[in-house]
Amino acid sequence: MLYREAGQFKATYVEDQQIFPIRQDRIAFAILLAVAFLVVPLVGNQYWLSAILTPFLVASLATIGLNILTGYAGQLSLGTAAFMAVGAFMAYNFELRMPWMPILGSFALAGLCAAAVGMVFGLPSLRIKGFYLAVATLACQFFVLWALQRIGWFTNYSTSGVITAQKIVILGYAVVTPASKYLLTLSVVAVMALLAKNLMRSQTGRAFMAVRDMDVAAEVIGIRMMRTKLLAFAISSFYCGVAGALYAFCYLGTVEPEAFNLDISFRILFMVIVGGVGSILGSFLGAGFITLLPIFLNLVSGWIRHTFGVELDHAMLSNLELIIFGGLIIFFLIVEPLGLARLWQIGKEKLRLWPFPH
Amino acid sequence: MLKRTRQMALGALAGAAMLALASGPSFAQNEQFIPANGYWVGPYAPGGSGFFGGVIDYFQMLNTRDGGINGVKLTWEKCETEYNNARGVECYERSKKKGPTGATVVHPLSTGITYSLIEKGTADKIPLISMGYGRTDAADGRVFPYVFPLITTYWSQNTAKIKFIGTKEGGMDKLKGKKIVNIYHDSAYGKETIPVLDVQAKKYGFTVTHIAVPHPGNEQQAQWLQVRQIKPDWVILRGWGVMNPTALKAAARAGFPRNKIVGVWWSGAEEDVIPAGDAAKGYIAAGFNLPGTNFPVMQEILKQVYKNGKGEMEDDSRIGSIYHTRGVVAGIITAEAIRTAQGKYGKKPITGEQMRWGIENLNINDARLKQLGAVGLMQALKVSCMDHEGGGAVKFLQWNGKKWNVITDWIASDQSIVRPMIEQSAAAYAKEKGITPRDCSKES
Amino acid sequence: MNWQFFLEVLAGGLLAGVMYALVALGFVLIYKASGVFNFAQGAMVFFAALTFVSLVERGMNFWIALLATLAVMIGLGIAIERAVLRPLVNQPPITLFMATIGLTFVLEGLSQLIWGSQPHGLELGIPDEPMQWLSESANINISQFDLFAALVAGILVAVLALFFQKTRIGRALRAVADDHQAALAVGIPLRQIWAIVWAVAGFVALVAGLMWGARNGVQYALTFIALKALPVLILGGFESVAGAIVGGLIIGASEKLAEVYLGPFVGGGLESWFPYVLALLFLLVRPEGLFGEKHIDRV
Repeated sequence: MLYREAGQFKATYVEDQQIFPIRQDRIAFAILLAVAFLVVPLVGNQYWLSAILTPFLVASLATIGLNILTGYAGQLSLGTAAFMAVGAFMAYNFELRMPWMPILGSFALAGLCAAAVGMVFGLPSLRIKGFYLAVATLACQFFVLWALQRIGWFTNYSTSGVITAQKIVILGYAVVTPASKYLLTLSVVAVMALLAKNLMRSQTGRAFMAVRDMDVAAEVIGIRMMRTKLLAFAISSFYCGVAGALYAFCYLGTVEPEAFNLDISFRILFMVIVGGVGSILGSFLGAGFITLLPIFLNLVSGWIRHTFGVELDHAMLSNLELIIFGGLIIFFLIVEPLGLARLWQIGKEKLRLWPFPH
Repeated sequence: MLKRTRQMALGALAGAAMLALASGPSFAQNEQFIPANGYWVGPYAPGGSGFFGGVIDYFQMLNTRDGGINGVKLTWEKCETEYNNARGVECYERSKKKGPTGATVVHPLSTGITYSLIEKGTADKIPLISMGYGRTDAADGRVFPYVFPLITTYWSQNTAKIKFIGTKEGGMDKLKGKKIVNIYHDSAYGKETIPVLDVQAKKYGFTVTHIAVPHPGNEQQAQWLQVRQIKPDWVILRGWGVMNPTALKAAARAGFPRNKIVGVWWSGAEEDVIPAGDAAKGYIAAGFNLPGTNFPVMQEILKQVYKNGKGEMEDDSRIGSIYHTRGVVAGIITAEAIRTAQGKYGKKPITGEQMRWGIENLNINDARLKQLGAVGLMQALKVSCMDHEGGGAVKFLQWNGKKWNVITDWIASDQSIVRPMIEQSAAAYAKEKGITPRDCSKES
Repeated sequence: MNWQFFLEVLAGGLLAGVMYALVALGFVLIYKASGVFNFAQGAMVFFAALTFVSLVERGMNFWIALLATLAVMIGLGIAIERAVLRPLVNQPPITLFMATIGLTFVLEGLSQLIWGSQPHGLELGIPDEPMQWLSESANINISQFDLFAALVAGILVAVLALFFQKTRIGRALRAVADDHQAALAVGIPLRQIWAIVWAVAGFVALVAGLMWGARNGVQYALTFIALKALPVLILGGFESVAGAIVGGLIIGASEKLAEVYLGPFVGGGLESWFPYVLALLFLLVRPEGLFGEKHIDRV
């Protein structure tokens, strides 16, 4: 009824190619942004802002990063957490050694460092692909963490090898409350997500997709393989690097290299797959699903205990949560291998016709 | 068909989400809430389930026997951190507003999570007790008002360990020219004792070689071959989880005598030696709590809690194990700090800020230990604004293949080495973070 | 240069490599027959070893427990084929890979739910101590247990080779590995074959679990040994049983030599990444691994 595109005419190519060709989508998106920026910080309590929404946004950004590499350019990577670690530790060092640097500048530079590391470890992708490449990126994961542990400079020679993120000050305003940290994260993520969306619609994005779909064919039509693949690694790592910096500065505060272990890499890959390979929206959906599901299962089991008064053994519940988490992932892969983004799309198609299905 | 299931599944999920978010547990007013954010699954589950089993058993005993502390009932709620930083922070945020006065005190039970919570706890005025783990320099209470590495820190225990080795060698002067190898878990936790060992090596004239074992440490052939080549007099084991039994096994394979290996307390529980089988016989580990069920407080727990079928440990053989009694010690300290705070602020639920005062003015002397029925289970403890550690002494235990036997009395740490390092490190932290240390003479 | 010590490091490394290869074999089997990169192999090792050791601790005879665990693992293989693989036929490999990670969570939760999360010791009756005569005569320490493990690995490979070469099912397996479509066309029941492969992988997981469990104790950390097997896989090739063994030997020996001789110069701990970098460098020269099949892309 409401969601109908009848009467919306496109007179130019620009209009036809915009991100949201349907007016209702534009309105919905504007409302979503307004809610996220204005309403959520006002009504959200501290727990939601600092323990759920901020990590969710950070995870979304990292997922977008990996999605650019895996979803758009077709290169499987298990080194995401390492790029995040580079971002976090370099942002700390830029702030430490150049105190005059505005925080966003540090984030950007840290992202560039991550991009450089990404390009180095992306070199093998010119020769190998598929699971061989995935396992090869593990070299990056382990090497980077090892180097961060081993080289004192990265942690400012801290005895235990941890870094404590500096206070964030933007234009004289100290970002300390959960709401302000949330807003900072949200702004960075929103801008970068929009950039990613546009980048993937550009020539670069199309080159990525050509490489993904058939690299030999892409080379035949004149796409430079080395440049494209390395660019994909660089952009992806840049996103992951910034996400890592946000993770350290806006969420954890004090981090050791172990905080960016292989588990995080896998989780981000999960988010890509569950959300939808090659979809920016899917990155958000996937990140939401994987971040919230364990917490949600935990809340449900707590709720069952309190409502029904059954004293369930906690270890048993924790294990059940693990089983359900794994089971749900398999379930989703089976019912919708193309991910949540695809479900969303189907829903939209349905809504367009509703209430008359034909 | 597929579509129908999909819709139903999504609907069920959404419905459950609503319910879960709409209702939370309710708390009565006269209760003291202490979160139990630990781990009951995964590679470190024995540590998490044993420790919080002990804490909760002790609280349960107080509730049953005394109706809580001065009439204030203790409540708790478990939250699964999986020994993972992000989950730990989420659990902390979830638990900090619960109960009538919020979370009273948090035991993060993970060095990584402790690091992540130091600033958050300080900002929220919720004290952290990192008993035998976490950040060593937090013992300087002027810089870290809300962090309490109680009883003993990694650096303190390390000096006690060298003292122990000294006595075994026949005097500290005999350490000259000796070779010690420090096998450590390659993480923030593992690296913590490197500087203090270097300082002592210089002081006593022994050589120390640090050998890293990459996480998780389930393959240590190369490390122990290096040990074999160095032929050290002693090996200090700083392991965690699977690294410990693997190290003992690898030592056996390299022919290194197990009674020359001294472990930290996170390498010294039953769970660390049983998987190694006979290879663990003779192995020595430090401990700040002793195992066993003969202490009156443990008997009380058995009588009040386990008789009623309310005990936390499912496996009876784990009652009185190292991790379990460590939890009981943590329970005693927490409860005593609450009692201390109640002495000043009244017999009602106290806030985190008041709890901070309670911990800082905690004084469990020998007489009090006797009343508690914990003589021999733990050492006397006196905390102050300057010193957030309190005790510092450890006993050494030796595994005989069946149980841990105590082989020494309490061995005090060497604060003349540790304290200057702590103050220096804390001062560096204060400078980096722009913290003005408190003036302890003005604290009451 | 101390040659005795060098030999000892080399021998220790080669024998450690055998242990890695034991785990890698399970990966290879499944990848060969179904093209699935089964990340759950580590969890299967844990599940098998924990089930076995728990049965023995409950008083079951060693051999009966072994058979019972084997039956459980075969049942598990069939269940996985039914519940996970069958609905995901024809999906891209990465989806299948993710499904096996989901499976990892399920298996980890399930094993701890049933048997608890306490670590157990496992005694196979083979002492894990250096052999007296060798260490006395040549001052080289080699554990009997390592030799036993090498023997077991050898037997396992021989049995698998016989199974693949000589039996009907084995030949069908190879046909499936070559070409699913063609195998189906000549009447090979694909689904049964997959169930069999997963059951065999379960058996291999049991053997690996017993070996590793006897060495480090049976505990959750057994799942981590999958990480030790991955560089072996890329070095040896995902599809080659021989590659798993040879790759294991190379990785084991080189990582020990690197840790002992290079480690002290860079602060140690390089074992965590060295095998991966080695395998990576090797891949740059030969992208399909040591024994992998060469793929030719056609436009």
